[in-house]
Amino acid sequence: MDPIIANFIEENIVPKFNYWIYVILMMIGLYAMITKNNLIKKLIGMAIFQTAIILFYVSIGVKETGGIPIISHHGPDHHQEAEVHSEESSKNLKHNIIDKDKYANPLPHVLMLTAIVVGVSTLGLALAISQRIHKSFGTLEEDEILNELRPGGHD
Amino acid sequence: MIWQFDIIILIFLVVAAIVSLRLKDLLGASMVFGIYSFLICLLWAEMGAVDVAFTEAAVGAGVSTVIMIATVFSTTRRSKD
Amino acid sequence: MKVFGLIAVFVVGLLLLSATQDFPSWGDPRSAASDGEVSSFYIEKTESVTKVPNMVTAVLADFRGYDTMFETVVIFIAGIGIIAVLRNFEGTDSPSDNDNDDDGAGLLARFTCSLILPFIQIFALYVVAHGHHSPGGGFQGGVMFGASYILLALAFGLSKAKQLFSERRTMIFAVIGIFIYVGWGVLCLLLGKEFLNYSVLDSILPGDSMMARSHSMLVVEIGVAFTVTAIMFSMYSNLSTRGRLSKGL
Repeated sequence: MDPIIANFIEENIVPKFNYWIYVILMMIGLYAMITKNNLIKKLIGMAIFQTAIILFYVSIGVKETGGIPIISHHGPDHHQEAEVHSEESSKNLKHNIIDKDKYANPLPHVLMLTAIVVGVSTLGLALAISQRIHKSFGTLEEDEILNELRPGGHD
Repeated sequence: MIWQFDIIILIFLVVAAIVSLRLKDLLGASMVFGIYSFLICLLWAEMGAVDVAFTEAAVGAGVSTVIMIATVFSTTRRSKD
Repeated sequence: MKVFGLIAVFVVGLLLLSATQDFPSWGDPRSAASDGEVSSFYIEKTESVTKVPNMVTAVLADFRGYDTMFETVVIFIAGIGIIAVLRNFEGTDSPSDNDNDDDGAGLLARFTCSLILPFIQIFALYVVAHGHHSPGGGFQGGVMFGASYILLALAFGLSKAKQLFSERRTMIFAVIGIFIYVGWGVLCLLLGKEFLNYSVLDSILPGDSMMARSHSMLVVEIGVAFTVTAIMFSMYSNLSTRGRLSKGL
């Protein structure tokens, strides 16, 4: 049985260790949103869930052989070739085909920029609503608020 | 893409998330949430997503932590769980 | 409630973990997401079509500019929503909220902040203007500019920051930002082609149609920066004073 288990671990867990940590982070956030009583702790759980999803999405666009997605014309290889060739042929080198394995995938970055912005807007509005709840009920714990809302307390 | 750096930062990230949810003092919980945002920004900068890391550093470790602390000061500071 | 939460978390977690078996290994350049047609087009053709080296800013402001316009509107709606929920107009003229003893932080913090603040603002403007060539853009620069006003409010007291950036001026800035973005798209409509198609603007902007796209991206990012600055400061000033805008933290 040992080589089978070792094989399973070798293929499924070791190269995909990062995905498991992302799923663990998402589940921490989900658990906090369901079970915590305090409203601020629920909001912290929501923010942890959101950033874990954004982390998972951005890590899909990573390439082992790639750098940042900004095309640079002042890299070290361009300087070296400009010494060897003349002025005109070094201008020709700028129009050559861009090797797409050298740059990380820019599309998940773009989508996740919008997601971060929407996340901070939601957090700001949720904090404003929780301040209003505190002003009306005097407390931020969910069970005390529900006790006041039932018939018998003021509404 | 240095895998040792990735694993260390990911373990710190899980520890920061759990600590931030277990603290009873809400001001401390907001600060550990700021630490969580900053660690995620480091992770993205190492993965090559520099625009996303810049945005998260400005928004998460900046504005988001400040407005959470502002809310905690205006309401109660102690939570029961 | 806790038992239900644990069961739900375990079921969802097991489903997600069993789905990770189908994922490609981390960092594979030949995975389905990185090898597809759309990302290959964006990587290879951005520099030749728009002359902008930063691919993320080019996709955000030019190829998918419609999404960015509505992202700006979402921030604006969040700012208005906070004002609608929290803003309290009754106690703003009462003499009990005395603004004279609102000094902010101590002497050392005030001195240091008055030295640092101009450099923060210049760096924020640099980040907005150089979004094409380095990481940055409208949103990042706007948040930094708004954060400089928050620092002013923390160090000198909210009343001093309100003298420079009153509530009326904040809202005017936010609306001007959205008008710049939408107005630029309507300008493209008036000149003949579709909404937010920047290549027709080479008749009024200097350079050929590729440089017109690069300049239009700068204008649009300035619009985003205006709105984000105003709304970040407005969010802070409403949340820290519980809607009264009288004494800060």
